[in-house]
Amino acid sequence: MSAPAYEPIVGRYLRLDLLGKPHRLYVEEAGEGIPLLCLHTAGSDARQYRAILNDAAITSRFRVIAFDLPWHGKSSPPEGWHLEPEYRLTAADYRAIIVGVSEALGLDRPAVMGCSIGGRIVLHLALEHPDAFRAVIGLQSGGHVDPYYDTQWLYRPDVHGEVSAAVVSGLIGPSASDTDRWETLWHYMQGGPCIFKGDLYFYKVDGDIRPRLGEIDVARCPVYLLTGEYDYSCTPDDTIAAAAAIGQGTHAVIMEGMGHFPMSEDPESFLAHLRPVLDRIAAA
Amino acid sequence: MIESLAEKANGDALLVHRGRFLDTRFLLGVGEEQWLVRILDGRVAEVTKGPFVMPRWTFALKASAADWDAFWSPNPRPGYHDLFALIRFKRLAVEGDMHPFMANLFYFKSLLAKLRRAA
Repeated sequence: MSAPAYEPIVGRYLRLDLLGKPHRLYVEEAGEGIPLLCLHTAGSDARQYRAILNDAAITSRFRVIAFDLPWHGKSSPPEGWHLEPEYRLTAADYRAIIVGVSEALGLDRPAVMGCSIGGRIVLHLALEHPDAFRAVIGLQSGGHVDPYYDTQWLYRPDVHGEVSAAVVSGLIGPSASDTDRWETLWHYMQGGPCIFKGDLYFYKVDGDIRPRLGEIDVARCPVYLLTGEYDYSCTPDDTIAAAAAIGQGTHAVIMEGMGHFPMSEDPESFLAHLRPVLDRIAAA
Repeated sequence: MIESLAEKANGDALLVHRGRFLDTRFLLGVGEEQWLVRILDGRVAEVTKGPFVMPRWTFALKASAADWDAFWSPNPRPGYHDLFALIRFKRLAVEGDMHPFMANLFYFKSLLAKLRRAA
């Protein structure tokens, strides 16, 4: 009999208090070395980082950790969640969750990489917690996105939650394989009621960081921005504008053929862009 | 080209299955030209070219001929590759009662992409 074909990723449940309540969070990790904390997009979960967690060249130098935000993936909502009319993510709560997870895991100044809402919050982290993170990597990262559709459609009983996947399907670039495209969309199809909509409150309303981008000190906390050219949510122009507002020393790259979910929709092409960034973080 | 929508859609068993609970009529505006598309049980039952006098429809999708042409090109450039990309950059207007459109969004994205020209 051959050995079971396990991936090197280990998933565990972490008990910790967040925002004043006990939580049970699902955390996946692989590798040893510099901690690299990975943040998934709105309405999805940590499976988006499967390729990075499975990449031996990265995990030989980095301890890659990806967790499901509360309410997402295999992380439960806190007790009493059913008494809240609607889930809603704020900038302050999102920041507190990430810092809380990093502390609960005992990470020493991790690098943090986030996509979309994760790409936005890493800018907040670089601004508010520059000494807690050795570098931030923002994927599909911009200062703000104006609403371009009515997010009420994402949470109502007469529209199936599958609509979340249908809304984001076009954000995937043409370089994605069918397998990775539909894996990425499956994660969206599995999101709980209201979760994608609630995350977008941070993305489109509460998380606007444009007026403060110039306060980020990249000498204290370096900022790397990688954005897919087909993304019409956080567009390449949004990323270039954010990099210009943060100022000199910000590293920004537009990734050809890719869309809004680079690590999940086209891991191979994405890793070609990520490796040089990780080299720089490792060398710092 | 738009006349071919019924043949292209109804030949896709997966698309018809996806729309099996869908009955609606929508207006497709391509610049000055207008089309009414009737859908029954996920099949395109009728495609009628305007101009119309007092047309009845549940929702309308309207864009310029040039924007639809870019959307229907074999490898659309960024910003023209998806209905929501067109909406995002204010090239596509969705009007009327858009409930059937949103409740069946995968269906309509796939349906409209049927008119994409072969490479």
